[in-house]
Amino acid sequence: MDYQPPPFFSRGPAPLVRLGFFACLAVLLMVLDARFRYAESLRQVVALLAYPLQRAALAPAELFGAAAGFFTTQVSLKQENEQLKAKQLLAANDLLTVDALRAENAQLRRLLEARERLPRPSTLAEILYQGRDPFSRKVIIDKGSRQGIRSGQAVIDDIGVVGQVTRVYPLLSEVTLITDKEQRTPVQVLRNGLRAVIYGGGERGTLDLSYTAANADVLADDVLVTSGIDGTYPAGLPVAKVARIERDAAYSFAKITCVPTAGTDQNRQVLVLSQEMNVPPAPAETESAAGKLPKQKRAKKRE
Amino acid sequence: MAFYEQQQRILSPAKAGYMALTLVLALLFNLLPWRNVVGLPDMVALVLTFWCVHQPRKIGIGIAWFVGLMMDAGNGALLGQHAFAYAFLAFAAVSLHRRILWFSAWRQAAHVLVLLLASQLLMLAVRLVAGGVFPGLTYFAGSFVAAALWPTASFLLLLPQRRPEGMDDRSI
Repeated sequence: MDYQPPPFFSRGPAPLVRLGFFACLAVLLMVLDARFRYAESLRQVVALLAYPLQRAALAPAELFGAAAGFFTTQVSLKQENEQLKAKQLLAANDLLTVDALRAENAQLRRLLEARERLPRPSTLAEILYQGRDPFSRKVIIDKGSRQGIRSGQAVIDDIGVVGQVTRVYPLLSEVTLITDKEQRTPVQVLRNGLRAVIYGGGERGTLDLSYTAANADVLADDVLVTSGIDGTYPAGLPVAKVARIERDAAYSFAKITCVPTAGTDQNRQVLVLSQEMNVPPAPAETESAAGKLPKQKRAKKRE
Repeated sequence: MAFYEQQQRILSPAKAGYMALTLVLALLFNLLPWRNVVGLPDMVALVLTFWCVHQPRKIGIGIAWFVGLMMDAGNGALLGQHAFAYAFLAFAAVSLHRRILWFSAWRQAAHVLVLLLASQLLMLAVRLVAGGVFPGLTYFAGSFVAAALWPTASFLLLLPQRRPEGMDDRSI
C-alpha cells in the first residue's frame, strides 16, 4: 500500500533539493556575471529595488555631515580662508601665463596639424559610499544614466585620475578605482614620454607598472600621467608617482611600485568626464586577422 | 524535566511583517556607508540565521537567496555570491535548528559562528575562483563580532513575541 503524507503536512520540496536548486541558480548567475556579463539587466532590476534602501542608509551620514558643517568654528573658517588666499596668490602667476600658453599651444598644434583638443563636457558627482566588497576597490557615485553617465567614462578629482565608470544604474553608478586589481590605465612618464600600462595593486592601495623592461628609463619620484592614446582619458592627467623600483637580473621586467596621485580613498566630490568623440577609427584589419573579416562583412549586411 | 539548557518561554507567533522589517533593517545596516571598518558584522547573515533557527517554516532558502541577491546588487559584488552563501547558510540553519535551540545563548553563538564562518569561506572560495585576491585574515573578523552579538540579537528580536509579565513566568 502506498504511503502518502496527508496534504496538511506538505512542506514542498525537501530542503536539500531546494538548496541544490538555488545553489545552481547562484552559480549560473555568477558565471554569467563574471564571464559573459549577461546578468546586467537582472542586476539593474535588483539594484533598483535596493535603491530606496541605499538612499535611506545614507541619510544618517548626510545628517552628521550637515551637523558638523553647522558647528564649524569661526577659527577654522578663518584659517581656511587665509590658506586659500595664500594659495590663490601662488596660483595667480600661473593663471596669468596660462592664457598666453594656451594660445601658443593652439598655434603650435595647428602647425603640427594635430587634432584640436576640445574641452570635454563633465559632470560633477559625489561619492556616496565605498562598496562593502573586500575583494575589489569600487565606489558608488550619485549620478547615473539619467544624468548622462555612460560606462567607460573617466573619473577625476582635483589632483588626478580616480578611476573609471564600470557600471551604470539609472540613478547611481559604480566607479572602479585605479587601485582595483582588475583596473588598467594607460600612462606615460612625464619626464621622458615613455609609455606604459599601470595595473592596480588591489588591497595595498598602490599601483604597479608591470611589464616595463628592466632597463627602462624610470626613476623614483617620476610622475606618471595619462597618455590619452586610448581616448578614454584625456592626456596629461596625473595618475601616480613612482615610489619604489626593484630591478632584479633574474627577471626581464622591473618591479615598479607607484602611489596614486589622486585621493582615491579620501575625496567626496569627483568629476566624470565624457568620452572624447574625435578619436580616429581603429585601423582596418590586415590579412593577419583574415579570419575575422567575414564576420565584419556579415555585421555590415545586418545593418 | 529540564531538557533545554535555558528556560523556554511560551511565545506568541512571529508575524511575517515583523520578520520582513528586521531583514530590511539589517539590509539598511549593511548598506550604511562604512569605510573599511575591520570586523564589521554582516547583520543580514545574522538576522537570516536567527529567523531560520526560530521560524524555519516561515523563512528558508529561497528568501535567503533573494536577500543575498539584493546584497550583491547594492554592493557591486559578483552577482550571486551572497545569494550562494546565504542559501547555504539558511540550509544549515534550518537543518540544525532543533539542535541549536537546545543550548544556552552563548553556546548557540558558538554554533552560529561556525555557520557564519562557513558562509564566508564559501564566498572567499567563489571570489578566489573568479580571480580575486585574498583580502587578509581580518576578512573573517566580522563573523566573530556577529556571533558575539547573537545573545543580544536573539533577545531583541524575540521581544515583540514575549507576553506580558504576568502570563510569561510559566516554564514549559
